[in-house]
Amino acid sequence: MISKKDIENLANLARIRLSDDEKEGLAKDVDSIMAYVDQIKSAPIGEFKPQAGAVKNVMREDVAVQTSIKDRERILDEVPKREGDFVAVKKILA
Amino acid sequence: MKIDLLTLTISKAHESLVKGEFTTVDLAKAYLDEIKKKNKELHACLEVYDDVLDQAKMADKAIAALKKEKKEIPMLMGIPFAIKDNILVKGETASSASKILENYKATYDATVIKKLQQENGAVLIGRTNMDEFAMGGSTENSAYGVTKNPHDTSRVPGGTSGGSAAAVASGMALVALGSDTGGSIRQPSSFCGVVGLKPTYGAVSRYGLMAAVSSFDQIGPIAKTVGEAEIIFNAINGKDVNDSTTFNRETYKPKRIGKKKPIIGIPRSFLGLGGIAESVKKVFEETEKKFKSMGYEIKNIELPANAYALPVYYIINFAEISSNMARFDGVKYGLHADGNNSIDDYFASRAAGFGSEVRRRILLGTYVLSSGYYDAYYYRANAARRLITNDFIKAFESVDIVLTPTAPSPAFKIGEKTADPVAMYLEDIFTVTANLTGLPALSVPAGFAEIDGLPAGQAGKKLPIGMQLTARHGDEATLFSAGKDIEIGV
Repeated sequence: MISKKDIENLANLARIRLSDDEKEGLAKDVDSIMAYVDQIKSAPIGEFKPQAGAVKNVMREDVAVQTSIKDRERILDEVPKREGDFVAVKKILA
Repeated sequence: MKIDLLTLTISKAHESLVKGEFTTVDLAKAYLDEIKKKNKELHACLEVYDDVLDQAKMADKAIAALKKEKKEIPMLMGIPFAIKDNILVKGETASSASKILENYKATYDATVIKKLQQENGAVLIGRTNMDEFAMGGSTENSAYGVTKNPHDTSRVPGGTSGGSAAAVASGMALVALGSDTGGSIRQPSSFCGVVGLKPTYGAVSRYGLMAAVSSFDQIGPIAKTVGEAEIIFNAINGKDVNDSTTFNRETYKPKRIGKKKPIIGIPRSFLGLGGIAESVKKVFEETEKKFKSMGYEIKNIELPANAYALPVYYIINFAEISSNMARFDGVKYGLHADGNNSIDDYFASRAAGFGSEVRRRILLGTYVLSSGYYDAYYYRANAARRLITNDFIKAFESVDIVLTPTAPSPAFKIGEKTADPVAMYLEDIFTVTANLTGLPALSVPAGFAEIDGLPAGQAGKKLPIGMQLTARHGDEATLFSAGKDIEIGV
């Protein structure tokens, strides 16, 4: 059984604030979904291991690409809080 | 010239544009008018771009110039596309139908957009509705309201590319791009009576597609006919340095076994698991007969590991989604909500920005990846994923195509499955295997279901049903040739 406390713990790890009502509903949902996907436990995987597909370990040169000032502005314009050319956040150290 | 949007195809439009029977501007205007007429009710398009006519004028100029130089005009030049809201078009809003990206403007073009617009001169008319961040199967998880099925507006268009499928089916766009993580192109195509292709994993670049489940996601075309899906696929596929999962032509060398026609394999015991509606069963049997009458050989095959396909799919889906959604922090872009301190800002922003299905899956992913559970879920699911892939590869030793329905039922009613997430997940039984294995799969409209209890004014309306063809890695060509043999067409 997934408890309300388990949901609180997961929400804390995932950095999502939940209301009390939501926690109850989510505990029920997560419980029934996990009961369903638990079928995986009987999958006959034997010696099978996870493996990448046909394309793997693809490398490329790390090349610096010149970005236009306009494109740089476009990116910075998307920042919710900006101070000049910096991304502004709240104080990290008290 | 009056343009019949419901029967127009890329080839017909191309011919008319080349002959000068109508211009790209005429064509774009016809679609804009149609959107004005129909979108209020269907809600397939979230936004019509405001430079559509400018794009069309440019295409007209390019066509005139090419004609003058007696050069070939690309098939897609001037063709109006609708784009799913999770594909980036530089300078345009791209929200993945989420509140967290409501005001986000794309800072670069996705590779598919570059290919369509810059290399082929296609016209982008707007962005289409979807389930938030491609999580769902009905478009009901959009933060901007549900899209309605053009064949019956009390029903869902399917999802997650429901807006793209509904736009093409209703004549609001000639063709569209969608993305497919577990059936998100094919199932809405089935529900709306259009053609949808999930290409081989790595065939089409995802650079500029918002990641949902990175080991499943593919971009693909939605169109009214198989031939059009083929034209679009040929224009957008190819290796891209910006997506390391894209492959070369040499990576897969599919060899067809069937001499005259591809050999069709039917996984009968797997079909039994799907809880298939009678109407879908009937269309499946008709399709089987149609293939036989056209000289196709039919074989029975077994795909025993498919019994685990849905649990395997959803465990991997939750895990990768929880990782991919971690980038939304209210700092770099997207919605910011103020908390008490910098960490609390994350909690507040993610609570304010994500809808309920997204939150649910982030928590589920956090659960299956958490210390002590990793081996039991994520590791095991990825091992079982190989088991499923091996079954398909073995089947392809004796057949060229695996035939199943696309979805177990025709379009369901709006609200019918929203209360029960597991019921919604079961919808994906036939589509997830192509994503688990990376195989290409095509949904083709193959028949209809009668609708019971319609009001007198709507009597005779029918719901489309799609059949799904799956082929070897890199063998889209076989899907197109067989798909053309069974499609109903326009």
